[in-house]
Amino acid sequence: MNNFLTIAMPKGRIFEEAAELLRQAGFQLPPEFDDSRKLIIDVPEENFRFILAKPMDVPTYVEHGVADLGIAGKDVMLEEERDVYELLDLNISACYLAVAGLPNTKMNDVAPKVATKYPHVAAAYFREQGEQVEIIKLNGSIELAPMIGLADRIVDIVSTGRTLKENGLVEYKRIVDITSRLIVNPVSFRLKDERISEIVERLSEVKRLQSCNAL
Amino acid sequence: MSRLFMFEKPLGMRDTLPDLYSRKQKIRTAIEDEMKRWGYQFLETPTLEYYETIGTNSAILDQQLFKLLDQQGHTLVLRPEMTTPIARVAASRLLKNNLPIRLAYDANVFRAQQREGGRPAEFEQIGVECIGDYTISADGEGIALMVSSLKESGLENFQISIGHVGFVHTFFLQILGTEERVEALTRFLYEKNYVGYREHVKGLALSSIDKQRLIDFLKLRGQSEIFELAYSLLENDQGREAVVELEQLWKIMTDYNLEEKVKFDLTLVSHMSYYTGILFEVYAGNVGFPIGNGGRYDMLLEKFGKATGATGFAIRIDRLLEALGDQSEKDPVTCVLFSPERRKEAYQYAKEQRESGKHIILQDINGVKDIDICTNYFDDIVFLVGKAGKEAEV
Repeated sequence: MNNFLTIAMPKGRIFEEAAELLRQAGFQLPPEFDDSRKLIIDVPEENFRFILAKPMDVPTYVEHGVADLGIAGKDVMLEEERDVYELLDLNISACYLAVAGLPNTKMNDVAPKVATKYPHVAAAYFREQGEQVEIIKLNGSIELAPMIGLADRIVDIVSTGRTLKENGLVEYKRIVDITSRLIVNPVSFRLKDERISEIVERLSEVKRLQSCNAL
Repeated sequence: MSRLFMFEKPLGMRDTLPDLYSRKQKIRTAIEDEMKRWGYQFLETPTLEYYETIGTNSAILDQQLFKLLDQQGHTLVLRPEMTTPIARVAASRLLKNNLPIRLAYDANVFRAQQREGGRPAEFEQIGVECIGDYTISADGEGIALMVSSLKESGLENFQISIGHVGFVHTFFLQILGTEERVEALTRFLYEKNYVGYREHVKGLALSSIDKQRLIDFLKLRGQSEIFELAYSLLENDQGREAVVELEQLWKIMTDYNLEEKVKFDLTLVSHMSYYTGILFEVYAGNVGFPIGNGGRYDMLLEKFGKATGATGFAIRIDRLLEALGDQSEKDPVTCVLFSPERRKEAYQYAKEQRESGKHIILQDINGVKDIDICTNYFDDIVFLVGKAGKEAEV
């Protein structure tokens, strides 16, 4: 029982890359893994149980210990500030958080507004800049906000910059680079350390080979 | 603020209903008895303390303190932990004849929760403090007593991780040179961010050997085999003392036969900033958070006017209950249903039964609307109804 590991995987953008990485590290994952609609997938051959969660919720499952491990973007880690170990930079799904808005505009002096999916990160960033702004939390299609006048600026993930461009927005400031991380519950980290160390080693080996090939 | 529902309590506050209360009581008693057998004396301190004394010296973050004002305008806090109040009492009242003192407590502490408001903001901690003893034996006793207490409570499956903040500090300082830089790097450990730690080390202006030493530091997890690596990472013997201490502690653990239960993890640092040396956390497999923690705090007593060493630990009762799972072994309760004319007889019967240790409820049958529900509810039921003197068992 102690050898059984539960891994929280983020649905969507990161999922495929993460699954690919696990396969490269030599873990046997079933073929239906990628297009299943199940929320829980058991892989008895590897003593794994995967749970498929919304990316923003992955650190929550891990913090509470219902998942031992998880794969989460650094953006989510910054926003959620969960009490989990960040063990490994998986170097997948690279992107960055940025401030964007309509071109050649300034922040409103009277009531500066910023729309974002990351209220915590955005608030911290603007406070560091010495600006007091109103943060408006949105759950998606953040680019809409400046276009229809809800906010002067947005704080959002940028990977290729295409979405911004197609909606006539420009990037004003890059806040922080984002990649996905392997995170671990503090109790699991201690109680299942052998198994977890093995996974970390196999994944870092893949990463090392990748960076060698890149050179 | 929206109108409160009548059942609502302040955020993070909970009721303890009878079932839970009796389970809590059971483990509380088991642990208390064990602590007493080890010669620890229980004491109580006030729920409210001055912000300036306890509030500022406690390691709990300022924003987690519940603060209020007394009539004179002093800021008060609801005690966020017990170690600081006990240090206050010990320094001012108890440390008289330079003998180590062993104190224990079982108390509710208060910490406002920043996120997910429903998390307990008031919870019970049971723990001990051994004050006035600098020896490594005192640290060993703390860990051994914690293991013993948890076993008494019925917990089998748990593991203790032991770290040494003194080692981390000396080791980092020797490499990095300034307190500021040590703090910056330690912060990554505290935030459990190994990725950030490695990145940070990479970016430091250090020789590649020193960088490697800092990276290898993360490998100091395991049992007695880590000592060799720990010694090899040292330079000019700075930090040697701490490793020697850990080796001695390992010896003590083997003396207590606890090798199975403990592991070293030198990357363990605590949010409790008053710890100065050995510190530890205990984990049970089915709970995602540590169920208890402890360590040595040799500087805290000084703040209350008596410089002396001390070590202690606390167990969180709520998390321990969670780890123990559902073990509701209730004491059987017998209900005696009586009619008023046989009250005296019923009382006599109940008295005898109670004296023999049984749990007896005396219930006037006229107060019960549905006898069937009542009969099913209790483990055993006795009827004393009808004319006095006549045996009327139904």
